[in-house]
This record gives sequence, structure tokens and C-alpha cells, in this order.
Amino acid sequence: MDAIFSFISLHMQMMYMVILMVFVGIEVIGHVPSVLHTPLMSGANAIHGVVIVGAILVLLKADPSNTINLILGFLAVILGTLNVVGGFVVTDRMLEMFKKKPKK
Amino acid sequence: MNITFILDIIYLLASVTFILGLKMLGNPESARKGNLIAAAGMTLAILGTIFLRKEPIAPIIYGLLFGAIAIGTIIGWMVAKKVKMTAMPQLVSLFNGMGGACAALISLIEFPEHLGSLKALATVMAGLIIGSISFSGSMIAFMKLNGNLNKDIRLPFYNAINNIILLVTVGVVGYILYTGGFSAVTMSQYPHFYMLALGALGLALFYGIMFVLPIGGADMPVVISLLNSFTGLAAAAGGFLYHNMVMLTGGILVGSAGTLLTVAMCEGMNRSLFSVIFGAFGSGGAAVAATGGKTGGSIKDISVTDTAVLMNYSKKVVIVPGYGLAVAQAQHVMHELEMLLEERGVDVKYAIHPVAGRMPGHMNVLLAESNVDYSKLVEMEDINPEFDTTDVVFIVGANDVVNPAAKNNPASPIYGMPILEVDRAKSIIVNKRSMNAGYAGIDNELFYEPKTSMLFGDAKKVVTELVAELKSM
Repeated sequence: MDAIFSFISLHMQMMYMVILMVFVGIEVIGHVPSVLHTPLMSGANAIHGVVIVGAILVLLKADPSNTINLILGFLAVILGTLNVVGGFVVTDRMLEMFKKKPKK
Repeated sequence: MNITFILDIIYLLASVTFILGLKMLGNPESARKGNLIAAAGMTLAILGTIFLRKEPIAPIIYGLLFGAIAIGTIIGWMVAKKVKMTAMPQLVSLFNGMGGACAALISLIEFPEHLGSLKALATVMAGLIIGSISFSGSMIAFMKLNGNLNKDIRLPFYNAINNIILLVTVGVVGYILYTGGFSAVTMSQYPHFYMLALGALGLALFYGIMFVLPIGGADMPVVISLLNSFTGLAAAAGGFLYHNMVMLTGGILVGSAGTLLTVAMCEGMNRSLFSVIFGAFGSGGAAVAATGGKTGGSIKDISVTDTAVLMNYSKKVVIVPGYGLAVAQAQHVMHELEMLLEERGVDVKYAIHPVAGRMPGHMNVLLAESNVDYSKLVEMEDINPEFDTTDVVFIVGANDVVNPAAKNNPASPIYGMPILEVDRAKSIIVNKRSMNAGYAGIDNELFYEPKTSMLFGDAKKVVTELVAELKSM
């Protein structure tokens, strides 16, 4: 029991963060016209590409003599970059179609 | 003001751009800007992470880092730019899988460092499992949408099997946490734990495949949206591990928004998330074929000339576009047809079903590409009553969205899905290449009804001929 309590108080700020972000996520998606569901999904896809930050950290922390970690880290950064770059470019392409539209 | 502080501020800014960007993506006016804003924040966060460091970094690592980013950027940019619009949905799935794989790899690399610490180990395992499921599931979804995997492979009792696989995976993870999370682990035990971790990884990959494999192609958008939020959660796990605020906010934001988006998509199809994941779609296929007596009967052919005449002398024509329009790339010539008819005093509208095409909004994007005016695209709820006063409904490459079985046949896999009620119109012309079944793989009784005529041929060819006929009148 004590372990659980101390875990919670140690990470209180992060818990606030998580709870708040859950609500923000819900709020942000409310009342979106179904025509925008797909670009929205694509945009969210790009945003979770923030996982690349973790990959960069892993590579930066790696010991230069640890070849396996270097290779895996290298791979992870490539994958993360694909997610980010691919994600934002695809979303932009989907939205290009809305560029010239008259205001509705 | 030191470097760490600046980085923290940058992460804060990036988090704000994610929230702002996602919010703006929900509105047609601001959507494009929203995407750019989020991209800017992301770039800032990445640059900050690389350069704002106190410790010196070995050159080889910088080399690998920039090399990896360069490779990822070039490939990602080219693939995203070059691929056809009709392939957009599977691309979303592909890049989602990349993110999941990234999270899983991070966890794999971090695994040995955190043996002995329960909280860190649990976070690592969460990232590993969720990232792996998201990766393999997304790859299957990609192949299904890309046409590489056409059969829905449905083992008997597939739900039970999948649940068992999941339980075993959780069991292995639990075992790892129990034996490796509490006391320090000696070097000699490392290989043993590493094997266990790889085992859990393999099981998770397997589960991802088994999870998506039985789900019908038409439900893929919902599945992709769900996997999208999974990857968000995997990213958040990484944020927990590194106490990295931007990963945490970005990850949870996408996890939460993605889940809600998934539910919203299900509502558009009038199917519950439960029925999408745990079956029903397509499982009634055999039953429908057996009761296919209703769909027997004869169909009426109509020629291009007759169609042109019919349309020319109508007051109101409603076009129902579907995936076939996209495949034939007939959207431009369709716009020509629309304009020609309008010149002759015919009121032309497009009826857009929420899941027409391969993704919500697919038809809107396609028609916008050919400069069709936004106001001519009418959503299902608004256009259905208008069919009563419509002279001709021209269905091009759409099938399931106009299938009355959704209303009449409880055994049908699409039963309950709201459809475009085209049979309320005076006459219906269906353009298809053949009598082959649509995405749901079932026959469409609309084709046999007295008011319906079939205009066979490739959409682009047929519509081009229609335009020529009309011009000659």
C-alpha cells in the first residue's frame, strides 16, 4: 500500500499531465465534420511521430563501442523520421484539396 | 538561463503546437495551417533535443544521427509526395506502423538498463508490446488496403484464439516484471531476460497480425485510427520513461484524440467498435449468399445514348460517387458532365455517404481535386429526403452504400448501416465495370429493381462518352 501511495505522490505532476491531456484530446476532436476525419487521423499520426525524440535520446546516450545499440538506435531514428516526415506530408497533401475551396 | 531550461521551454512550445495544430485540423478553414504549426513545433523539438545538450557527443553518433534523419526524410518525403491520392489511407497506416516500430525498438534498447527497477521496466515493456502490436497490425492494414491481402482470413473461434494470444503475451510480460523488476539482476542473467523480452516482442507482433487479419477491408479506417492511438500510447510510455514532457503530451494527446476519433468513425457507419473488432462484418456473408434468392432476377442494360437523353431532360440529377470513381480517375470528366448538365438547366448534386470510398472524406477530396464546388457535395442525412424529387440518380463506382439489404436483410453483413436511399428517386442508373460484388463482397438487390438500369463500362470511358453525347444534342 505504502509503495503505491509514494509512487503516486512522486509522479503527481505527470498524472495531472496525463489526465489533462486526455481531456484536451477529447475536446479537440469534438464536432469535427466527417469529411475531415481522415486528414485529422493523418495529422494525429504525424504528431505521435514525437516518438522520434526518444529514438534520438537513445542514440545520443549510446556508448560508441556498443555496436548493437548504435545499429538499433540508427534504425529507430529512421523509423521515427519516416513517421514524422511522411505523416505531415501526407496530411498536407490531403488538405491541399481544401486550399482553393470557396468559404462554405 | 541554461541549456536545459531552454530545452524545457521548447518542449512546452512544441506541446502547445500539437494541441493547437490538432484543434485547427478540425476545421476546413484552418486545417492546413494547423498541420504546418504542429510540424513546426515538432521540428523545433527535434532540433532542440539534438543540439541543446550539455555533454559532448562522439562524432560517430552525430554522423549516424544525421544520416538516419536524412534517410528517413528523403524516403518519407518521396513516398508521401509521389503516391496516388487513392493510396493515401494505406500510407497513413504505413507511417503509423513506422512509429510503432520505433517505440518498440526504443524499448528493446532500453530493456537491459532497467532490469531491477519495476516502474522503469513496466514502462519499457508497455512501449515494447504496444509498439509491436501497432507495427504489425498497421502492416496488415496497409496490405489489406493496398490490395496485397484480399482474403479476410478468419479462423474458427478467431476471437477466442486472439484473446488467448493476448493473455499469453501479458503473462510473459508479467513474468518478466515479477522476476526481473524487484531485485538487481546479474550480468549472467541478462541473456535469459533478453530472450524473454524477445519472446514477448514476438508474441505482440503475432497478436497485432491476428488482431487485424479477420477484420473486413471496409472497416480498415476504424482499425487504423485505433492503431493510431495505440502508437500514441507507446510514445507516451517513452515519455514516462525519460520524463520527457513533449513525448508525454504528444503521446497522450494522440492516444486520447485517436480513440475518440475511432468512436466517431464507428458512429458514421452506425456500427459499434465492438462489432468491428470482434466480428460480424462479413461473417454473415455465407448466410446472405444462401438467402440470395432475393438478389436473383434480371438486370436491365442501358446505353450511353439513352442515359444522356434521360439526363438531358431531367430537372434534377444526383450523382453518387464511390471507390470506382477514384480507381478510374474519372473525377475530372465527372465535373465536366456536371457542368454540362448545369448549363442545360439540370440541377446536379453529389450524394456523399460517410464511408464511400476507402476512408471518410475520400470522395470529398477526390471531387475537390477536380474543382467541384464544395456546396454541391451533400451529406447523406441532407440528401436522402431529396431523392423523392430526383429524376435520375447516377451511381458511379459505389455499391454497398446504396445496398437496400442494409435496411431489409438482418442476415446481411451490412445490416444497420445507414445508406443513401436512392430507390426513392424516379430512375437509377448504375455504372460499374461488371456485376462483381463491392467491398463487402455481397450482391446488391438494387441492381435488380425495376427502376434501375445498369450502364456497364469503365467509369472514365463511360462518362467521357456521356459528355460527348450530350454535346452532340
